[in-house]
Amino acid sequence: MTSPTPLQSWGRYPAAQQTVRPLHWRTEPLPAAVPGSVLAYGMGRSYGDACLNDGNILLPTRELNHIINFDPETGVICCEAGVSLDEVLQLVVPHKWFLPTTPGTKLITVGGAVANDVHGKNHHRAGTFGCHVTRFELLRSDGSRLLCSPTENAGLFAATIGGLGLTGLITWAEFKLRRVDNALIQVESVKFRNLEEFFTVSAESDTGFEYTVAWLDCLATGSGLGRGHFMRGNHAGPDHTDCEPHSEPRLNVPVDFPDVALNHYSIKAFNELYYHRQLPRIRHAVTHYDPFFYPLDAINNWSRIYGRRGFFQYQFVIPFAKDHGAIREILTRITASGQGSFLAVLKTFGEVPSPGMLSFPKPGITLALDFANQGPATLQLFTELDAVVLAAAGRIYPAKDARMAPAMFQRGYPQWQQFQEYMDPKFSSSFWRRVTQPA
Amino acid sequence: MKNIILIGATSAIAQALGRQLAARGARLMLWGRSADKLEIVAADLRVRGASVDCDAFDFDNFAAHPAALERARKLGDWDAVFVCHGSLGDQKLCEQDFAAAEKEFRTNCLGALSFLTIFANYFEGQGRGTIAAIGSVAGDRGRQSNYVYGTTKAAISTFMQGLRNRLHPKGVRVLTIKPGFVSTPMTAHLKQGLLMAKPDKVAKDILKAADSGKAVLYTPWFWRWIMLIIRLIPESIFVRLKL
Repeated sequence: MTSPTPLQSWGRYPAAQQTVRPLHWRTEPLPAAVPGSVLAYGMGRSYGDACLNDGNILLPTRELNHIINFDPETGVICCEAGVSLDEVLQLVVPHKWFLPTTPGTKLITVGGAVANDVHGKNHHRAGTFGCHVTRFELLRSDGSRLLCSPTENAGLFAATIGGLGLTGLITWAEFKLRRVDNALIQVESVKFRNLEEFFTVSAESDTGFEYTVAWLDCLATGSGLGRGHFMRGNHAGPDHTDCEPHSEPRLNVPVDFPDVALNHYSIKAFNELYYHRQLPRIRHAVTHYDPFFYPLDAINNWSRIYGRRGFFQYQFVIPFAKDHGAIREILTRITASGQGSFLAVLKTFGEVPSPGMLSFPKPGITLALDFANQGPATLQLFTELDAVVLAAAGRIYPAKDARMAPAMFQRGYPQWQQFQEYMDPKFSSSFWRRVTQPA
Repeated sequence: MKNIILIGATSAIAQALGRQLAARGARLMLWGRSADKLEIVAADLRVRGASVDCDAFDFDNFAAHPAALERARKLGDWDAVFVCHGSLGDQKLCEQDFAAAEKEFRTNCLGALSFLTIFANYFEGQGRGTIAAIGSVAGDRGRQSNYVYGTTKAAISTFMQGLRNRLHPKGVRVLTIKPGFVSTPMTAHLKQGLLMAKPDKVAKDILKAADSGKAVLYTPWFWRWIMLIIRLIPESIFVRLKL
């Protein structure tokens, strides 16, 4: 039972073999005299290879899970990089504080949230996670410990936010929380019949709602192209008093599903049922933050439903365009390919600038789609989608990527060469080697 | 049980215990070898609701143990102690080099027995208190894979049995904790089999057992039955097994 299993990414693709050297205390130096490059590894929720370092060394950070300070008056929290957002919520929600922004899972570390400059359903208001980070410590391979903030080591601060863990080890970070009255979210779910309606609902929701996101039926065609459900919400007001944080998930996927479990028909059936689950156009509810932000966290190891071959997530952002032609074309190509996506999530990014040099979000619209790994056919589809994204001046989210070509990355992130000046020479990742290899 | 001393406070199980006690608003005294690490743990536990003091000293210097208790007593009375320090040791090395085995005995066993002795007398004088120490399922039967470690833990177990017998009429409770495999972040890269328990779960079991005055705790619970079977295997068969 103690045979080593390789650390994986969430999409379980690509496979990688790494030497594992867990970090124990933030005051200790990095492992000395190790051959090859190192990379911090938190909870492995990056989908592709941004959290992998094939043939080299991974430094698991989950033992760096101490809170350093939390001020219930000001809502400023300082904690070690291996603390998870889950643990932050457990601590701060009873004091009526909430994360400034959160991705669709709370099972990531604070270090990972900084290194991927994660975003959430409130991006149009709050910007990225990095917007709320006040400072952090960076431990470099030369042994130096640098305090980084917008005013101190500002270059490294900007490079490290969204810097994919390549500028050194983030040992701790300090960030500002958001005040709430309780643990509840007032939710409205609006059904939209096509892409046009999505944009209408989205535009009218941005001012009145802090959180907006849409689930899309990406197998619907014709006049139903782009139909789905728009979820919008606000923190519930002071007349509610429930401040209980979330509890442990009760469901688990104990084994891999067979590779055929998710096929065109099962996904089509799911999407059809999901779209029609709500009959009235608008539905109101008050719900706990846990199912609203983290519906999939309720099922441990949910990625196993994609079977042993793993899966891809394809997430891109493209600037707004009047006719939404690129989104339309991408949806059309996905439907035509017959490769369904179980989960398609559509969201508009706002104008708040991302503080990171390589941050993914920029003003526009972002779409995230899951695809089972069906080998070359899936990769071929992505190459086609890449061309559309690139033509629309878009780019792909590194935290989700396992396959984009170097040109795709370098054109999407023209600052990448400038970024290299801030990298720690001892740090690297499978992702970085892949997207910077010469053509 | 509000005023508690955690010995080996930077270990994974002690930290998990500390966090659960902090949530109850406990007053904690952390003993460890490294002042730096104790301060990291202490700051974390304070944020989580505990009032915390730390004391760092060399556990292998047994003469320092009573002095540490004296310092702690200056801060007030104590209701319970959890003896959590220890090391897994290198079985293969210990087989070849008795000096290595001796060191294991000093750290894992003699140090614990010294702490148990001074706390037994302290709580006996006070007429109340809870003494809990971490043994191991490995102490239930000697196996080739880890019998040096197992022996240190078996000694703790037997010693605790005697203490329990001695202190029962004095109102002092003695809890022997026998965890199975506990997954710490250090073992995150190992296959997380069904037998692996999380420190949080183990800590929860420990506090429940301490609150209810239990004598011996196997955690998770199924180890009681696994070890029962292992103990029942006749020696003539056991010697042939690769355990």
